[in-house]
Amino acid sequence: MTIAVTGLNAIDSPGPGVAVIRGLLEAESFSCRIIGLSYESLEPGIYMRDLVSKTYSIPYPSSGMDALMERLQYIHQQEKPDLIIPNFDSELYSFIKLAPRLKKMGIHTFLPTLAQFEERHKVNLPAFGEKYGLSVPRSKAVYTANETLSLDREYGWPLVVKGKYYDASLAYNHEQVKAHFNRISAKWGLPIIIQEFVHGTEYNVTGLGDGEGGVVAAVPMRKQYITDKGKAWGGISIDDKKALALNAQFVRETKWRGPYELELMKDKSGNYFLLEINPRIPAWIYLAVGVGQNIPEALARLAMGWPTDPFTHYEVGKMFVRYSWDMIVDLAAFEQISTKGEL
Amino acid sequence: MKIKKNIAVSENGFIFNPSSGESFSANPSGLEILNLLRQGHDKESILNHMGENYQTDSQTLERDLTDFIETARQYHLFEHEDE
Repeated sequence: MTIAVTGLNAIDSPGPGVAVIRGLLEAESFSCRIIGLSYESLEPGIYMRDLVSKTYSIPYPSSGMDALMERLQYIHQQEKPDLIIPNFDSELYSFIKLAPRLKKMGIHTFLPTLAQFEERHKVNLPAFGEKYGLSVPRSKAVYTANETLSLDREYGWPLVVKGKYYDASLAYNHEQVKAHFNRISAKWGLPIIIQEFVHGTEYNVTGLGDGEGGVVAAVPMRKQYITDKGKAWGGISIDDKKALALNAQFVRETKWRGPYELELMKDKSGNYFLLEINPRIPAWIYLAVGVGQNIPEALARLAMGWPTDPFTHYEVGKMFVRYSWDMIVDLAAFEQISTKGEL
Repeated sequence: MKIKKNIAVSENGFIFNPSSGESFSANPSGLEILNLLRQGHDKESILNHMGENYQTDSQTLERDLTDFIETARQYHLFEHEDE
């Protein structure tokens, strides 16, 4: 089987691609060949030739769906991929829309529906929480920095300033709110989400929904080592019954289809707040593989329409510790991906 | 005052709470107290045990034990105190 994977940017704020590929290559139920799909010539995964057989650059989501489809048709002619696993929030819209056309070409996907994708958007989180009975922090989507001026009276300080796809910073006064607003909106566009800050401990759950309300996989994790960008650089699998119950409620109520990551905050009273729903595999997915739930493998099986039993357990108290690694790369390889768009 | 059943304590005094993912280290006397608590001993019984094995006055012992138990409580190591 040939599987195309995005998110090869294994950098300090890493894309999930390399971890997803490790899971796929360790799958016990099939063997596969990996095609990388990259946006930038220096995404480290491009040069990990023991993991990625060949990489093709693809156009940024801002180039539109037609440009992406044209490129995927070319890649299809060359490689005949059976499956594509997109790993970025920002590219999901295009892949969800293109999924029926890809299916006709023989390329499978297993993605959330467009309604699920839109509904869980940070901008829509308050309505989402209300609809499905999930506790979420109060938040408001704003289009100008002035709209934030009264929110501190409602939510108190600090405020969390979030980009629509990525990035979040804490602000302790209006000057900081404005600075974060300008920085994040310049990078990710509008709106900016201003969210109430919940004091507590952050937990994450990654999982896989079968699209009919069933949980195929779920592993909760506590971050142990967090980078200045808020990314987990180390974490541990935990046995948190409340987090798992909340996860099951999320999947059952939304009938979530595909992989996801829930970002949860547990306050001092033990109450959970759902901070974010990432509609894709997280970068720390290899922990799930390591504790007995190979989510990339199960995802590939679901996408191919193969019978897939839900995982029923995982090892608690296993840690992941991330590291960085310098590869030595010939200039010719960089030239190849930069000029020809494939390597 | 019972230590949660799922709390893992290694022979070196490394404590892991699988519900929260938190880990702590106890020194040898702390480990001894934890093991006594896990065996179901109450505060009085632990004070007697420690008094027999350590050369210290009963006031210091009681103060230190109270401190230790309070810290363990804050770390949610006892049953029925969170979750």
